[in-house]
Amino acid sequence: MVTGEQLPQLTAKDFKGKVDPDWCPGCGDFGVLTGLQRAVAELGLQPHELMTISGIGCSSNFPGFFNSFGMHTLHGRSLPHASGAKLANHEMTVVVTGGDGDGYGIGGNHFTHTSRRNLDILYIVMDNQIYGLTTGQLSPTSELGMKTKTSPHGSIELPVNPIASAITAGATWVARGYTGNIKQLISLIKAGIQHKGFALLDVFSPCVTFNKVNTYQFFRPRVQPLEDIDHDSSDWKAGIEKAMVWGEEIHTGLFFETNARPTLGEQEPVLDEGGPLGFRELGLSKEETERIVSRMM
Amino acid sequence: MTGFDFVLSIGGAAGQGIATPGNILARMCARRGIHMYAYNAYQSIIRGGHSFLTVRMSDVERRTHGNEIDLLLCLNQDTMDRHLEHLGAGTSVIFNSDTITAGDAAEGVQLCPMEVGELAGKGANKLMQNTVALAVASQLMGVEFEALEDVLRFQFSGKSAEIADENVRVAQAAYDYSATEFEPAAQQMPAPSQPLAVWRGNDAFAVAAAGAGVKFYCAYPMSPSTGILHWMAANARELGIMVRQVEDEISVICMTIGAAHAGCRAMCATSGGGFALMTEAVGAAAMMEIPIVIVNVQRAGPSTGVPTKTEQGDLWQVLGASQGDFPKLIHAPTSPLDGFQTIPLVFNLAEKYQLPAMILSDLLISDETATVDPALLDMHPDIDRAGLIMEAGDEAGSYERYKFTESGISPRALPGIPGYEHVVATDEHMPDGVLISDEFTHPHKRRAMVEKRQRKMDGLLAELPPPRIVGDPDAEVTLIGWGSTEGVIQEGIEQLAEQGITANHLHFTWIVPFHADEANALLESCKHTIIIENNYTGLFHRYLRSETGFTVDGHIRKYDGEPFKPKHIVACVQEQLAGADEVSVPYEEIIV
Repeated sequence: MVTGEQLPQLTAKDFKGKVDPDWCPGCGDFGVLTGLQRAVAELGLQPHELMTISGIGCSSNFPGFFNSFGMHTLHGRSLPHASGAKLANHEMTVVVTGGDGDGYGIGGNHFTHTSRRNLDILYIVMDNQIYGLTTGQLSPTSELGMKTKTSPHGSIELPVNPIASAITAGATWVARGYTGNIKQLISLIKAGIQHKGFALLDVFSPCVTFNKVNTYQFFRPRVQPLEDIDHDSSDWKAGIEKAMVWGEEIHTGLFFETNARPTLGEQEPVLDEGGPLGFRELGLSKEETERIVSRMM
Repeated sequence: MTGFDFVLSIGGAAGQGIATPGNILARMCARRGIHMYAYNAYQSIIRGGHSFLTVRMSDVERRTHGNEIDLLLCLNQDTMDRHLEHLGAGTSVIFNSDTITAGDAAEGVQLCPMEVGELAGKGANKLMQNTVALAVASQLMGVEFEALEDVLRFQFSGKSAEIADENVRVAQAAYDYSATEFEPAAQQMPAPSQPLAVWRGNDAFAVAAAGAGVKFYCAYPMSPSTGILHWMAANARELGIMVRQVEDEISVICMTIGAAHAGCRAMCATSGGGFALMTEAVGAAAMMEIPIVIVNVQRAGPSTGVPTKTEQGDLWQVLGASQGDFPKLIHAPTSPLDGFQTIPLVFNLAEKYQLPAMILSDLLISDETATVDPALLDMHPDIDRAGLIMEAGDEAGSYERYKFTESGISPRALPGIPGYEHVVATDEHMPDGVLISDEFTHPHKRRAMVEKRQRKMDGLLAELPPPRIVGDPDAEVTLIGWGSTEGVIQEGIEQLAEQGITANHLHFTWIVPFHADEANALLESCKHTIIIENNYTGLFHRYLRSETGFTVDGHIRKYDGEPFKPKHIVACVQEQLAGADEVSVPYEEIIV
């Protein structure tokens, strides 16, 4: 396999996909797309070293707009597809992209278990607190009282807290970005890719068409980067405490990080030698077959 | 019938250690070169219930647990009460007379009471009654004590030397007692010949996958498929296979697809309920054109059903799995050996045609323990990755993942190769992977892509062996089956011949794509057709009729959870030939 060192330094535009995004003008997801393109260029990655993998939804169209290897899978199932792909080729950088409904709703079970599995994956959730592609229904992160087509009298279900959930589920890097702060977003994406282990980056990515509550106007005065205040990101309790803050002040930045836990790949001796599993020679050796048969005798 | 053909059953409650004497017997037979087939009737319970293991030993290979029991080992009173009435003259019953009272036995049944406490000594382990029963059984069958000691010591090799010695001492005492007190069985175990291997159906599938180059295996535990996961987990690190147990079957199949996309030969297995969860992703594999192999080990349904019982009930679930109309491969192997031999081909075909392949097993073959001739265990099958692009070549920079071709097969490149970047999508897409589902839809492009995918089925069908009739082409009746019933139908045909009825056999194992023309020509040539299935509504018959337009003359169906015995086939065929116009449903006399 060819490594990045031998190839030219690329720029963000080299990571533009075959087609332009079909998102609504003003959609927050443009910021995440630009952010990832710039982040991987700055990290010196090449398109063939990357896999972007998504589920279904507006934001899940992401891989089609990005130049790398990509999988555009089923609604809610980006993480298991990505997990299998990462285990089959652990040398590639895997970035999973999707929305809040895809990741925290229908994919909630996978979110919990992928977090504790600690595969070396960056999971970017473009969180707009609404279902956009299906034209505006409640999402698992919609606020209490939120009125949508499916909650005309206001939501009476508590939203999930992705940051606190990820920390308690065992994710080893948990952060929140905001598409109104691209500089911070790019720096978080780079850190998330470089982190060895499962990294969740929840991004406030406003839906300008269907969410009239959680808008740029809503977030602008509220977002409070954790890097600007005294926060110890190695303390999971402090991370959860900051994650629970929602109101006049909402935190962004790195909530929690630990490098104390090895990744799944590092703990799996099958990956130790021989390069990516998907490229290895197939079939059993004579010794292996003799051992299998002798155990049956 | 000539030759050695002997059926031994062991009954007790779950937790009484039925598996151990079963394993010892299996090994004893295998080392001696005696064929063995075991069927275990059990329940979904850890302690209690009634487990009934039937071990058939024979000098030629048999693939059913036979019709009648020759020797019964009772580990509890319940076994005595349930089964003594089914024993006839020439049979024997071994039981611990300290705790079990014999009932009224038929004329000619030899009762073999054993005072286990007296033989084993006070305070002996309760499981010692199993060793006693096994020793008496061995003696009655004419197995030399040395052969018994050999397998006992092997069985207890993981325990302390004292435990092995104690079991051998008690076995010797029981063996000697039996030799003086009881009449030997009418059939005696033949002298040793070439040793055989022992496996279970699930082991056979796992070994076959390993030989076929599987590098990724993923599952969620579900009876009766879990044996594959157990084998894989035990052998993963030694064989370099990534094996994962994950949160649910949705994750299982999606991880399998992800791993296959990135180059691994990848497999997963489950039972009907887990397969139901997987169905959406079956279509995803078809749409993204990623080869995966899924094993569905059927059990009695619907829903949770009877987890420890067999049924051929999932055919239409597998036929209809996932929304949409798409190419797929469905294979129903007939036995552990058949699955072992066809799974490498299934992998090659899945990879060549880039589609999901489904293997429809059932509890009967996945759970069975049987001997197999080790000479048949070819673990180096042909592995054909069918032009898979694993390094950069001429197409770098202009590569199209879903290129239109005459065969419908597009060049498949693994992620990681420079110049071959592409997106695989579950949305409809163009040759270059760009979606035609959201911003632009286009009927001509959609039609071309549907046709490209479906063209693969023509090539695939041509590679599958056509069905054939086994036996006398002029037979008065043709028995039709699919999947796991092959062995019992064959033995039923042998026994029908003894009744003066000639029958031949048409058996289907390649379900999708289906050789409809060849099947129809064969069916038209038959005099009287009877189809045999382990389900209520004749699922395969309905499929066969839809593919061929042919309607069979009669039906034999069993859906009580227990497998067919040869005598069931014989009785129902006789009933059908005598003019029964209803479906024949055999009566199951063994209540477990």
